[in-house]
Amino acid sequence: MNLDFDFAAEQPKLLQLLYGVVAFCAVVALLLLLLDRAPMRQRARLHAAVLLAPALLLLAIGLIVPAVRTTLLSFMSGDGASWVGLDNYVWMFTRPEAVTVLRTTLIWVALVPLLVTAVGLLYAVLVDGSRFESAAKSLVFLPMAVSFVGAGIIWKFVYAYRPEESEQIGLLNQVVVALGGTPRQWLLEPPLNTLFLIVVMVWIQAGFATVVLSAAIKGIPAEIVEAARLDGASPVQMFFRVTLPSIRPAVLVVLVTQSIGTLKLFDIVRTMTGGQFDTSVIANEMYNQAFRYGETGRGAALAVFLFALVTPIVVYQIRQRREAVR
Amino acid sequence: MTSVPPAAAAVRPGARQAARRVGKRLSGRAASAVAIVIAVLWTTPTFGLFLSSLRPEDQIKTTGWWSFFSDPQLTLENYREVLFGTSSSSGKMAGFLINSIVITIPSVLFPLAFAAFAAYALAWVPFRGRNGIYIGVFALQVVPLQMALVPLLSFFSEGVSVFGLQLMPAWELEGPARFAQVWFAHTCFALPFGVFLLHNFMSELPGELIEAARVDGAGHGVIFRRVVLPLIAPALATFGIFQFLWVWNDLLVALIFAGGTSESAPMTVRLAQMAGTRGNEWQRLTAGAFVSLVIPLAVFLSMQRYFVRGLLAGGVKG
Repeated sequence: MNLDFDFAAEQPKLLQLLYGVVAFCAVVALLLLLLDRAPMRQRARLHAAVLLAPALLLLAIGLIVPAVRTTLLSFMSGDGASWVGLDNYVWMFTRPEAVTVLRTTLIWVALVPLLVTAVGLLYAVLVDGSRFESAAKSLVFLPMAVSFVGAGIIWKFVYAYRPEESEQIGLLNQVVVALGGTPRQWLLEPPLNTLFLIVVMVWIQAGFATVVLSAAIKGIPAEIVEAARLDGASPVQMFFRVTLPSIRPAVLVVLVTQSIGTLKLFDIVRTMTGGQFDTSVIANEMYNQAFRYGETGRGAALAVFLFALVTPIVVYQIRQRREAVR
Repeated sequence: MTSVPPAAAAVRPGARQAARRVGKRLSGRAASAVAIVIAVLWTTPTFGLFLSSLRPEDQIKTTGWWSFFSDPQLTLENYREVLFGTSSSSGKMAGFLINSIVITIPSVLFPLAFAAFAAYALAWVPFRGRNGIYIGVFALQVVPLQMALVPLLSFFSEGVSVFGLQLMPAWELEGPARFAQVWFAHTCFALPFGVFLLHNFMSELPGELIEAARVDGAGHGVIFRRVVLPLIAPALATFGIFQFLWVWNDLLVALIFAGGTSESAPMTVRLAQMAGTRGNEWQRLTAGAFVSLVIPLAVFLSMQRYFVRGLLAGGVKG
């Protein structure tokens, strides 16, 4: 096998990295210099302008203007040449292939937050106060560091399929065969394949729920727990009458965060099925329409719809957080 | 005669206590069992991938990784091939690994600095319109980055023109210079959350500290460097690790702004390609995936404390 990896070919990249880091140092030094030069007696406005300029400029170029343009594009034809009114939105809600995408997204948003919260809560309660608590939490938390692409490959391997007569290499099919079933191509058969993709998302995010909910459980005042115990509450009563009401804000945080993350989900679907076999979701379809099929208008309309779905959830989340602070 | 009631009285609480202890132990045992099942379910897939990446190619393709325990054979060949192999079908992952590093470092540094500057101004420089700007930046967390992708790409490739008047030329970046547009995109998308998080921490610093420095004649530059930065170091670490994980693990931004070749695409893009076109070359996929997992896992484990703090502070990425 040929292994002569060409390190010389990589040098321009490292040089570029060097440029980047030097540019970074130069910009920071320049800003600090400007700040020191501007006398303190002058109005604070000048100082604020120097400090805020880079961030506000980048936000304007990178987010605000593009978001406005995307909204405009969503009312234009694929090549952005003519206005088409609501055609792109009509397409989204009437064409069967687009409606399937919306329905799949709905299944994701309905299931992921609930499953993540349920698993996370169960696990947090079970390991709470045990001797191995922090190690146990770390195990479930680790997938948070894994990329969605990496997680996709990990689980694609779990779902791997070999014909019935040969030995299975995927864990799931091996279990099925061991129980006397026949191996199946889990990712190719709608509507179940979407559920198998959802499992991956739950696997990644359960650690998040565990950590947030576990912190909340630890925050329940000891007197309340003790009082309930003296009253003879059973563990189940304890959970539903004491624990759950006390950590309601944290549960909401998890539900809301997961809903937002799930709405924008792209990588898992793209890595594992490429959006085929009825598994495509809004973010994946947006990428396909805008960057593969050149249908910028439809892609933009999907992005705007995503924005419209996310906004109320985030507003609700901010309100909740404010109340929690109060 | 009188000895019975005390005995009964003595027995009853003891029995009740024992019953409670047993009950607790039983539920404790069931609870442990469920917890262990969850922990095993959560670690087995990754373990299977890791073990497979060390098995010879013909074995990965014909037997499950669990048969390792009856027929243990290990090799590093998969890693050698996926990293350094030069045939077109091998992963050529080393080049993509370097791309990932080149993309990630500036994409963490720039937003860290710009967000810190902005957060300081919004927290400690009194000027009119401060609240309005803060709420504006904060509200931008709502915008999904999907809203920005198409126009930002055309900004790079076509520049800015209004009514046919070219205001800014296209970037026209070729080769390694394309990394700059990936840095740019990641920096823009990171700012709303970064400013929000750092502002949270900065505004909680005691005002007397800043005031005392100001009385001593320190300007904002000095206060920022000498007083504020050291105090918010943990917050910087929190935002840094968030941004690191997000950039390193990102697929969408890289697909659009870094392209798909070994010139500038990161590992995630390569892995997604391999999963699609060579979905059954498990010897390369498992090794390649594990290479991409090792670095974030190491960073994550060493800085978990800061990561958790960020999560609890409301860390959601736009």
